[in-house]
Amino acid sequence: MNWITNYVRPRINSLFSRREVPENLWTKCPECGTMLFHRELAENLNVCSSCGHHMPISPRERFRNLFDGGIFTEVEVPKPVADPLQFRDQKRYPDRLRAAQKATGEPEAMLVAEGEMGRTPIVAAAQDFRFMGGSMGMYVGNAIICAAERAVETGRPLILFSAAGGARMQEGILALMQMPRTTVAVEMLKEAGLPYIVVLTHPTTGGVTASYAMLGDVQIAEPNALICFAGPRVIEQTIREKLPEGFQRAEYLLDHGMLDRVTDRRKLRDELITITRMMMKLPPAIAADLPAPADETAAPQADGAE
Amino acid sequence: MMSYLDFEKPLAEIEGKAEELRALARENDEIDIEKEVAALDEKAERLLEELYRNLSPWRKCQVARHPNRPHCLDYVEALFTDWMPLAGDRNFADDHAVVGGMARFRDRPVVVIGHEKGTDTKSRIERNFGMARPEGYRKAVRLMDLADRFGLPVITLVDTPGAYPGKGAEERGQSEAIARSTEKCLKIGVPIVSVIIGEGGSGGAVAFATADRVAMLEHSIYSVISPEGCASILWKNAEKMREAAEALRLTAQDLKALGVIDRIISEPIGGAHRHPEETIAAVGDAIDEMLSPLVKKSRKTLVRDRRRKYLEMGAKGLAA
Repeated sequence: MNWITNYVRPRINSLFSRREVPENLWTKCPECGTMLFHRELAENLNVCSSCGHHMPISPRERFRNLFDGGIFTEVEVPKPVADPLQFRDQKRYPDRLRAAQKATGEPEAMLVAEGEMGRTPIVAAAQDFRFMGGSMGMYVGNAIICAAERAVETGRPLILFSAAGGARMQEGILALMQMPRTTVAVEMLKEAGLPYIVVLTHPTTGGVTASYAMLGDVQIAEPNALICFAGPRVIEQTIREKLPEGFQRAEYLLDHGMLDRVTDRRKLRDELITITRMMMKLPPAIAADLPAPADETAAPQADGAE
Repeated sequence: MMSYLDFEKPLAEIEGKAEELRALARENDEIDIEKEVAALDEKAERLLEELYRNLSPWRKCQVARHPNRPHCLDYVEALFTDWMPLAGDRNFADDHAVVGGMARFRDRPVVVIGHEKGTDTKSRIERNFGMARPEGYRKAVRLMDLADRFGLPVITLVDTPGAYPGKGAEERGQSEAIARSTEKCLKIGVPIVSVIIGEGGSGGAVAFATADRVAMLEHSIYSVISPEGCASILWKNAEKMREAAEALRLTAQDLKALGVIDRIISEPIGGAHRHPEETIAAVGDAIDEMLSPLVKKSRKTLVRDRRRKYLEMGAKGLAA
């Protein structure tokens, strides 16, 4: 298996769903107020070029920048029973789901894909905060289980990008049961001796932090990401005291020994390549050797190597 | 003294009247009130039965949180012998919200772990109302390791509003501690049996209630979030807790239907707080029945079956 086969064989979903970035749109950095040209911001992985603030990035966009040449194969996630509790608050749960699907163009809150990253075969999973706050329900549980199974099947490391407000209330106790379920998935990786690397992104909270997002072999967070079990508002209400500056932010957790590293999104890919290649006992990646897919639609040349 | 829940008010009135009559009779033995008292007692009993036969989910929450409900240490005292509490996480502190140790259950040596809420103001504060900090979960992990090494089955008694949302708890890695505890529950090669005796509050409960067999008392609850919390987020109004309790399906009956728990332990009419001894005895029998077939299984089978159980959980929704 080399990179060529990865061009030819897989269903290349990334090509079908490629959204064009509008030409003349500007985004204001919520942190420093700088007006950022949309296209430049996208090229900068949604990181403000002025102050380094990390804005949200969709799983698909992240994968395009993670995998070699932006090419990845989506791993199909088994669909769970729809609306298992027939949950209804002010809106019906299926209506909330449909609205989220329409807004994001994604079926659910997690995307699983496989491909190569710096010519290192990996499986990756990324949570989509735009989709009902990235909340963990049966689908997200299934996604993590099938990502782990795929990683074990193919002997690849799993890199997981977390982003969630916690468990999905609309799935009640079944959402809560994703804590043990996803922990079983992590166990499978550990037993198979495969690396499980977690990248915690803003925000990662509640039952997600208290299960698969804190069980990585290596724990990396993006700068200033909120990472916690109970949110700051709940804590302030409980202890009736002002919380310190930067409380529950990535750097704060790093200081308190809860993380291995805090890494800028723009340097993340290189770090992940370095780390996974060491853990997989592969030689160092040679950056210059990487194929540069200038035109993604052009049929690549087969070199006959397998 | 029994404290009455809001929906038990009519009952409190009747029982109060009967009590007054009795007091009157004690002062003046010429009055014969036997008939009246008997009638009131009967009325009270009927009302109690009516109230408890069809408790709404929100009322079940109230019963599950009842201050007179038997708590973890009541069970430990009644059901176990040679109770040897073991303290500390060997890192930072001993969390008094979590009790744990070795004991004998019907002669069999076991490890017991549970949340303790406390019984009066002083002990409730000392126990932090059953809300554990990372040290509590790390103590549990340590005790489960011990159980695993020496082949002792683990029995957990779950009764917590949730893990403690505090500054120090967060700084010391509340989420990591919970995740490790759940992980340990899944990993140990000895039987693990769990009973939810009151409140199963979210992740703080999962950390102990990930088990080969999980039972719930008839009027206990187990939920992803408290009804009040859910109401304030989804209804933007904490007063909508009745609706939220309904929607969340947090009762033992719903959880059994969803295949999340294995059995329901009946409570006497009027709830565990009116009849603690009977309730505790029923929990003891249920633990015994759940544990007996498990102790015969090999380490490998136990771990494999436990994992499979969780992987398959929820696949059928309410049709389970």
